[in-house]
Amino acid sequence: MPGIEVPKEKWSGKVREVTLGATAAEGGTRTRTVTVGGETTLPFLKFEGEIPHPPVIAIEVRDQQPSDWPALLLQAWNGATQDVAEWAKAAEAAGADLVALRFNVSEQLNAAYARQVLRRVLSATGLPLIVFGPGQADLDNEILVAVAEEGKGERLVLGVCEEKNYRTIVAAALAHGHLVDARAPMDVNLSKQLNILIHDMGMPVERIIMDPTTGALGYGIEYGYSVMERLRIAALQGDSMTQLPMLVTPGEEAWRTKEARAAEGVPAAWGDYAKRAINWEVLTSSTLIQSGADIVVLRHPESLRRVRAMINALMD
Amino acid sequence: MALTGLQIYKLLPASSTKPEVKAHANCKECGYPTCLAFAMKLAAKQAELSLCPYVEEESKRQLEESAAPPIRLITVAGSAKKLEVGNELVLHRHEKTFYHPPGLFVRVKDTQPDAAQVAKAVADYSVDYVGMSLGLDGIAVEAAGGDFGATVAAVKAACPFPLILMATDPATAEAGLKAAQGTTPLLWAATAENWQAMAKLAAQYKVPLVVLARNGDLNALADLAEQVKNAGVEDLVLDPGTRDYADSLAAFTQLRRLALKKNERKVGYPLIAFAGDDITLAAQHIAKYAGFIVLDQFDPAMAYPLIVLRANIFTDPQKPIQVLPGVYEINKPGPSDPLMITTNFSITYFSVANEVESSGLPGWLLVADAEGMSVLTAWAAGKFDAERIAKTVKSTGIEQKINHKRLIIPGHVAVLLGEIEEELPGWEINVGPREAVDLPNYLKTRWG
Repeated sequence: MPGIEVPKEKWSGKVREVTLGATAAEGGTRTRTVTVGGETTLPFLKFEGEIPHPPVIAIEVRDQQPSDWPALLLQAWNGATQDVAEWAKAAEAAGADLVALRFNVSEQLNAAYARQVLRRVLSATGLPLIVFGPGQADLDNEILVAVAEEGKGERLVLGVCEEKNYRTIVAAALAHGHLVDARAPMDVNLSKQLNILIHDMGMPVERIIMDPTTGALGYGIEYGYSVMERLRIAALQGDSMTQLPMLVTPGEEAWRTKEARAAEGVPAAWGDYAKRAINWEVLTSSTLIQSGADIVVLRHPESLRRVRAMINALMD
Repeated sequence: MALTGLQIYKLLPASSTKPEVKAHANCKECGYPTCLAFAMKLAAKQAELSLCPYVEEESKRQLEESAAPPIRLITVAGSAKKLEVGNELVLHRHEKTFYHPPGLFVRVKDTQPDAAQVAKAVADYSVDYVGMSLGLDGIAVEAAGGDFGATVAAVKAACPFPLILMATDPATAEAGLKAAQGTTPLLWAATAENWQAMAKLAAQYKVPLVVLARNGDLNALADLAEQVKNAGVEDLVLDPGTRDYADSLAAFTQLRRLALKKNERKVGYPLIAFAGDDITLAAQHIAKYAGFIVLDQFDPAMAYPLIVLRANIFTDPQKPIQVLPGVYEINKPGPSDPLMITTNFSITYFSVANEVESSGLPGWLLVADAEGMSVLTAWAAGKFDAERIAKTVKSTGIEQKINHKRLIIPGHVAVLLGEIEEELPGWEINVGPREAVDLPNYLKTRWG
């Protein structure tokens, strides 16, 4: 009987490799750099292509302990959430690849404060950083311009750049050697278009990470899943403006859901709160990694441990 | 692989080399003017081959084979519930949709004293998700040295769902099949060693049979499946024998591709996966191609997220889940609490409802019929304009439930402010935040 021939796709395209962070030799102060991308096939299909770098995990830390995070999440960090430097250290100790520093909207938030917070985080951890503004255009621009200057040479990822507000952030990243996170609302063409707009400002493609946005498990994850799958297939088919590594924020999305927040007053069929909440973050992340995420930003150390175990098993 | 009209034409009487068949060329008995016209209708699946009484046996076989789905539909049934898997047509859900969600089974052993209790708990488990009542699908009973027949009987009595009988010793398997009579369990498994006896049992008891290979050896799997099929068992399920992440992903992807892209009939069957107690591995199998997923543990905190993931992945991408337009009460609102409006796209609705709900603030949420589109899309398409918003306010009876006339509209449609004020005289229209996530803060600071 003739044998089965394993069908292999002959993809012509390749995801670009993007390196985050810079060591002293490269003009920064990071103890290591992190490279993502480089895939020549769909996630983990090593029988037909190269997966040179595993997906990586960033842990989100805030300049101040957020008031709207569930206790379960805050307690997992044993008090470290009360100080951003301690939090960043704890993230590194927990095994994160990256630290995602995000600023809260607050009275004291201004450029000088942001510089000071950045300095503290840079000295607390040797990991490469992603820095997110508070999500309001004016504040984002003010904060991220200051952060870009203060962190010159560190190859930070600055975000988020959206179609309605990207110019100032991209210009700051360009001027100081950083990368940008290009976020579009769950749409293949909008993602591509934003990548083009940012590239047109002179930003090398190797310094753009695209962020196709996602929904949590139960709250639209299927849209994010399919958009990422389509973007990755387009990249492998040779569409150069989709050949960028993808970053998503499943931690933020999952911990917004009722399933991850409500310990009481929910159906018994939802099961034990702590297990369910962490499962929510883990499944949101793992499913997005299966559809092509290169960087996931998580919040709970147990999720980090479990998602890492999955990645290791898939790369094995 | 579906044949074209011309390929089908070559199999009809007009193309026959046998004079007695050729005599019926273009006879019109099928109701079509020519064999070619009939062939075109067959290719378009608008006619049945049985309309032609003269088609040759060999042609009939070829035509039937070409019409068979690339992944066979397999049905299992318990005493009161059945499950169909297979019949999938695409590798990626955006290409069309995934049709048959994988069955989620919980494994018990025949040495486990509480097997029937676990089965009952699985049967009783049900959870509501976006208005759908969802649950698990069955029990896998494993022969582990206990009384297999008695355990199967007890599980069957406790749970009306389909069973998977896990026994590789034919005598033990038969004890289970006898105990399961009256239902259609899935029998696991035929191996290189026992396949003849297992195939005989599957044929005798009319049950689908799992073909098991070792360590993802797809050649061995295909050959064994072919042998079992030739022994008369057509309802097969494949178990490539992989139990880990990487090898499972490779094997399941390759099997799906072989069936769909290479039309490899030998492996054109649904797949079964064993995820142990690893919810993340089970999740991989939901997205990547399993028809049956066996878990070693029943725990609602695991079952619920898996069931939701399965519902999400198997949602038809062309038909977004919509919520019913109307008034939604969040956190037991009173007459003076805020009134908001959004669209009936499920993500939009759940984003808004979830933000308000988790803030603890009471509120009324009006959901307009925007044909399942998000706020911005619906606005651009004219499905969420001043007229529709006013109509929603007037037609839902919300005015009788509140003692104010203030309506918060999504920030993305701020431009509609003036028009809505015209459509709703006497109302104060407030422009809310663009994103749902900012609603709690907005309500805290701006409502009062």
